[in-house]
Amino acid sequence: MSLLQAMLACDAALLALAVVGVSAARRAGAGTFVYGAALALSVILLVAAAAALIGRAAPVGLTLPIGLPWIGANFRLDALSAFFALVVNLGAAAASLYGIGYGRHEREPGRVLPFFPAFLAGMNLVLIADDAYTFLVSWEFMSLASWALVMAHHREAGNARAGFVYIVMASFGALALLLSFALLAGPAGAYTFGAMRASSVPLGLAGLVLVLALLGAGSKAGLVPLHVWLPLAHPAAPSHVSALMSGVMTKVAIYAFVRVAFDLLGPPAWWWSLAVLALGGMTSVIGVLYALMQHDLKRLLAYHTVENIGIIFIGLGLALAFKAFNMPSVAALALTAGLLHVFNHSLFKSLLFFGAGAVLTATGERDMEHLGGLIRLMPLTAFAFLVGSVAISALPPFNGFVSEWLTFQAILLSPQLPSWALKLLVPAVGALLALSAALAAACFVKAFGITFLGRPRTEAAKRAVEADRFSLAAMFAFATLCLIAGVVPGVFIDALAPVVSGLVGARMPVQMGIDWLSIVPVAESRSSYNGLLVFLFIVAAASLGAATIHRLASDAVRRAPAWDCGFPEANPATQYTATSFAEPIRRVFGGFAFRAHAAVDMPAPGDMRPARVKVVMYDLVWETIYLPIVAAVTHLSTRLNRLQFLTIRQYLSVVFAALVALLLVLAAWP
Amino acid sequence: MIDLAVNLIFQLLQMLLVVGLAPLLTGLVRKAKARLLRRKGPPLLQPYRDLARLARKEAVVADSASWLFRIVPYVVFAATWVAAALIPTFATGLLFSWSADLIAIIALLGAARFFLALAGLDVGTSFGGLGASREAMFATLAEPAMIVIVFSLALIAGSTQLSTVAAFMASSAVGLRVTLGMALIALIIVAVAENGRIPVDNPATHLELTMVHEAMILEYSGRHLAVIELASMLKLLLYISLIVCVFAPWGLAIADAGVVDRLIGAGVYVIKLGVAGLILAMFETSIAKMRVFRVPDFLGAALMLGFLGALLLFVSRTLK
Repeated sequence: MSLLQAMLACDAALLALAVVGVSAARRAGAGTFVYGAALALSVILLVAAAAALIGRAAPVGLTLPIGLPWIGANFRLDALSAFFALVVNLGAAAASLYGIGYGRHEREPGRVLPFFPAFLAGMNLVLIADDAYTFLVSWEFMSLASWALVMAHHREAGNARAGFVYIVMASFGALALLLSFALLAGPAGAYTFGAMRASSVPLGLAGLVLVLALLGAGSKAGLVPLHVWLPLAHPAAPSHVSALMSGVMTKVAIYAFVRVAFDLLGPPAWWWSLAVLALGGMTSVIGVLYALMQHDLKRLLAYHTVENIGIIFIGLGLALAFKAFNMPSVAALALTAGLLHVFNHSLFKSLLFFGAGAVLTATGERDMEHLGGLIRLMPLTAFAFLVGSVAISALPPFNGFVSEWLTFQAILLSPQLPSWALKLLVPAVGALLALSAALAAACFVKAFGITFLGRPRTEAAKRAVEADRFSLAAMFAFATLCLIAGVVPGVFIDALAPVVSGLVGARMPVQMGIDWLSIVPVAESRSSYNGLLVFLFIVAAASLGAATIHRLASDAVRRAPAWDCGFPEANPATQYTATSFAEPIRRVFGGFAFRAHAAVDMPAPGDMRPARVKVVMYDLVWETIYLPIVAAVTHLSTRLNRLQFLTIRQYLSVVFAALVALLLVLAAWP
Repeated sequence: MIDLAVNLIFQLLQMLLVVGLAPLLTGLVRKAKARLLRRKGPPLLQPYRDLARLARKEAVVADSASWLFRIVPYVVFAATWVAAALIPTFATGLLFSWSADLIAIIALLGAARFFLALAGLDVGTSFGGLGASREAMFATLAEPAMIVIVFSLALIAGSTQLSTVAAFMASSAVGLRVTLGMALIALIIVAVAENGRIPVDNPATHLELTMVHEAMILEYSGRHLAVIELASMLKLLLYISLIVCVFAPWGLAIADAGVVDRLIGAGVYVIKLGVAGLILAMFETSIAKMRVFRVPDFLGAALMLGFLGALLLFVSRTLK
């Protein structure tokens, strides 16, 4: 049995598991069974994907007699599919493990259990689909299954709206992808990916295909301005599903874009990269600025996904630019950076959502303003969340830093690009990337600091208990992986080589043979980084410092009330909150990003009422793009509404007029 | 083998040198500032005595502090020390100089700041939060400014490896460039802000609403405070070393230089540090502190200068 057949069998088993989920949901232990089985199947899929990727298996295809009658359902497993399948199933395995514990707190398991395995199967099928029909059906299946999961707690405030916005945006994205594939298939109707690869699209149309793919995949991945559904829908789902949607499903969208732009579409035109880079840079900064303004922990994480998608698209855009100008080795560097960030982000974003879920279970709160001090009650969760926060803030020696470092290295090679527009755009994108990295660090000081540090702000936060051992196992597995991928990134870069060389025709130099496990993207005299040594140096320096001081000086500790300059205040409300922490940053960036302004209502002297600060912020993307569309649609439908109340004579004349018009069009058609 | 041993010794020497000189540099700046104000000032070696005294005292830890509070000083110190050890002070191409480039050094300092800000939030007092929040705001502008400065340096020298950059700057291949001037000014602005010097923050204040760094570490005492103070002294030395090794690399022993050259390099380095310390003292005495919300403009200027410099380089590549 080939690996592809094994994967298809597992996907079929996941679908069967979904059916079991429907019937068994009400029984005790159903959750453990469904999540346990999903865990086992994900691990098998993970092993198969890893075997295909690391074993450099030649691409294999398979056709099943379902789907469109004249082409059937085609599946294919190549290096690109295998890499994304690895990312998806790693996240799926951890989410299933987490779900075994977390799912016990689910009040209505019947709304989650059937859709969870179906969602996993949908994502897996997208990755191995090899014709447009199978791809789109799987894509829609994935969207609908995740929509059902978003709506699992549909009675909670805001969730119904989140589900509605999500389904509208998902339909829009699927439509864009459908049109994109239709253009790729051409008038001959070559719907298999193999035929699309073989035929070439005229250059003008190719640009249109790319824009449509960018809209379709971008709306699922969360590219600004198509991101609006993401911060609503991701937090609404149960936390392990949020982890899957943010950490993994967005990666499936990246896969769709990479598949179309690098594989199916043929040689790129250089200006495509302009659009991708500009969108990527804008997305990364806007995403993190929105994240900084949030005080709902899960929504903050969701906005952060938007930022990281921007970083990934910066890598992809650079790779497109270098590929267009026939610089395959640099393109390989940029693409490796982007894909490595795909892997890294799936690790730490899942980890952080798991942590947020643990907090939600322990306290019933997602609002950071009601939390605080959890590090003492949930030390293990806090530690894992801290690792995820450091990793996502791109700080060494963790994995987020490596992929951003590689992206910077690719940016520094871009003055060689022979295009003025790119020469001006790329340094700006580099500066935006640096800005978003710095803002991300601030954002996670806030997220971790307000949630886990300080003193508890509410009774709920005081009563928190540590998460169950399944959840902790999932979190610690990913925290360990974050460290491993940060200290020996060479392994992961080398594993990406077949993917990258299949897409841009070159690969990065072999990293594993280099002394001390350094990574050297181009040449050692140019740049190198050794996560392992940096990690060891930090550990050694810290323990040396601690040991010296404890031995030679003093190790006495006395506990005492906080000092706070002599004016400690017992009320925990006097602590900094999420909003007040972000206030300086809002003052610096909020003016143009949100048109934010604060009005102080100061009572007159002698008046006893308290002074109030009112901050007004606008979601500019929502108000400048979406609200006008909503208004136009509402206006149009109100107009059309009259058609419902016509007399029979009027209906007949409308039908007649339509018929005449259609015949006229047909007659005038060339 | 002997070569490796010699290299290892010089690497260790560099690590000890930076940590040994850092308090002296701070002492020099304090003394010079005092003399400029016609005060007598503390002795040059006072920072060493302060550190030793703090280290011997028991550490008073707030009731509400967590385990993070107690490990942060060592993490901050370690990250800063590793970063400082990677900067070519008296010689380039030391044994481990390739293990992290300039971007990684900036990120290491970012990690130190990340943990320090967390420590500020840990006890749950308003002053700690204030310091952490303002530090985060400064960092969001200072860090990208630093990165765009790195763009300029890396494009001129063709490397982000600090040893290579310094060697290139010491060679005659580098001419007078507009970009370098912009990068220098930007780097100085960032260095002033990152070290909390006047006009951004006042290292000598306590109990003032304008303070940033001191507010974050307000709850620390005893050996924890000593380690954090040492880390911030190291950070000052690090930034001065960085500016010196890139913009005044004279006397630096290049890659395979002999032992004598390296020792000479060390002597020259100490002199350069002293001069830089005096300039800093004069600069600080001659201006006043600015309001907190003027700092973003100040740092934004650095960001724009650095960006402009990098842009010039990106564009000038075609004109060649």
